[in-house]
Amino acid sequence: MTDTEFLLWVRGPAFNVATFILCAGLVIRVLEIFLLGRKANLAEARGSAAAGGLRTMLRRFIPDAGSFERSGFTVVSGYIFHIGLFIVIFLFVPHILVFESATGLSWPGLPSNIIDATNVVTMIALLAVLIHRIKDPVMRMLSEFNDYLVWFVTILPLITGYLAFHRIGLSAAMLIGLHILSVELLMILFPFTKLSHAFTLWMARWYNGAIAGYKGVQS
Amino acid sequence: MSKDKTLGETLQERGISRRSFLKFCATTASMMALPPTMIPVIAATLEKLRRPSVIWLSFQECTGCTESLTRSHSATIEELIFDTISLDYHHTLQAAAGTAAEHAREEAMKENHGSYILVVDGSIPGENNGYSTIAGISNKDMLLDVAAGAAAIVAIGSCAAFGGIPKADPNPTGAVSVSDLVKDKPIVNVPGCPPIPAVITGVLVQFLTFGLPELDQLGRPAAFYGKSIHDRCYRRPFYDKGLFADSFDDEGAKKGWCLFKLGCKGPTTYNACAVTKWNDGTSFPIEAGHPCLGCSEPDFWDAGSFYKALSIPTGDIGKTAVYAGTAGLVAGAALGASLRARKQSAVKNHERVTIDDLDQES
Repeated sequence: MTDTEFLLWVRGPAFNVATFILCAGLVIRVLEIFLLGRKANLAEARGSAAAGGLRTMLRRFIPDAGSFERSGFTVVSGYIFHIGLFIVIFLFVPHILVFESATGLSWPGLPSNIIDATNVVTMIALLAVLIHRIKDPVMRMLSEFNDYLVWFVTILPLITGYLAFHRIGLSAAMLIGLHILSVELLMILFPFTKLSHAFTLWMARWYNGAIAGYKGVQS
Repeated sequence: MSKDKTLGETLQERGISRRSFLKFCATTASMMALPPTMIPVIAATLEKLRRPSVIWLSFQECTGCTESLTRSHSATIEELIFDTISLDYHHTLQAAAGTAAEHAREEAMKENHGSYILVVDGSIPGENNGYSTIAGISNKDMLLDVAAGAAAIVAIGSCAAFGGIPKADPNPTGAVSVSDLVKDKPIVNVPGCPPIPAVITGVLVQFLTFGLPELDQLGRPAAFYGKSIHDRCYRRPFYDKGLFADSFDDEGAKKGWCLFKLGCKGPTTYNACAVTKWNDGTSFPIEAGHPCLGCSEPDFWDAGSFYKALSIPTGDIGKTAVYAGTAGLVAGAALGASLRARKQSAVKNHERVTIDDLDQES
């Protein structure tokens, strides 16, 4: 297989398979949660469940003072790599073209050197998170294989993306191919690992907020 | 022109000044990214050279590579260099035809056995030797026969180097490249559809001056194919700033912004177009407003649409997502129903603990 054929394979059949598993997997996971159902709440409502749910979905973006004091490093590094991932994934023009080809939606991107710098910062933040996980005795005890796997498949596209952007080591076609392949690995594991929190987090926040909202208290 | 004369002597006879010759050597050195100190070395080596015999075989090709070479508007001294090489056999350029032409080839092979340079353009049919023959000899037989006595082989154009357009899907002739058939000779690939004329002559000069050039993993001279079009493109700053042409006639196209969104293959294509350019350094495809097709890469004809951006998947991802969503709904509903049934069964089978039970245990 030549480098061109490899690139064509990852852009073609492999991307189709990865997209299928990602989309089907996410629908299955979300349905699995929704279809379990909840008991009807017979208590009289003292407030709006919807307003409480929406408020909590947004409010949880701001860490409360207590958690910031207890684990400031986790909060800061977590924010850095999550924001970094958002910028790198959604604001790099070649990536926007992929979303546009799938959904027809497009939006303006950022200059590539800003994306490149953000990528480096994100990789550093992810490395720091890993070191923290290994060095902190409690974190280490709580961590299992899946946590390291999720970390690995998250940082891999950033590393391959950096190599592809700077064309280091291999031919450009092979580097871009490896980058796309690493993204496909992420897409395939996404619904079946903790990565699916990107979707389930909204449901969880809503649920917590809605319970409190129904009772007329703040979440 | 006698083959015994050196290039220096031939140049003198033709009234080419030393200044012009050194200018050519300087251009060649600069194209190969060599330091200026190498210019006298190139000049001295070339001047002392006796005209090496070159046999040019054309197989499944369109003559575009020869056209590229002969229509070169670049320094006429390059053509002279080619004159100065003893081009003993070339279908298109030689005066002789038929038996006389084949005789010239056989003579050159006999006289210069082990020292001639074999230049090939065009791919070779692998399925059936009858698809392409010359004087009743199949391309494969002629290639293997001539290659056996060659000092080195230069595969000119993407067809000879990688199979090119004849090899494009569904490859009706089973076309293969020179390197697919010849394994025991040094082969320099000079791909492109066609290759840049100055690169063809540059590779020959490099070969005559320094021997076999440094090659990349695809057998291409690193001096000319070492960097991607993207890295040396004058539109690269627009890529970096995020400024792209969205169509061939929008404001971005008029302002000369990056053509990545229009399918430019510059990021994955290694060639010297952006530096050497075409038509006496006038411009190159991207400068003319068209995306690079990636013609110097293997399988460029089948490497996805010419007008689809490199990052975009080749399949219909939207459709795949809809199919996946539907399949997910069915599978998710089935799984959900099964989980609900388990939950209800667990509720039903739940054994309640009463105060009497607790009393009994105590």
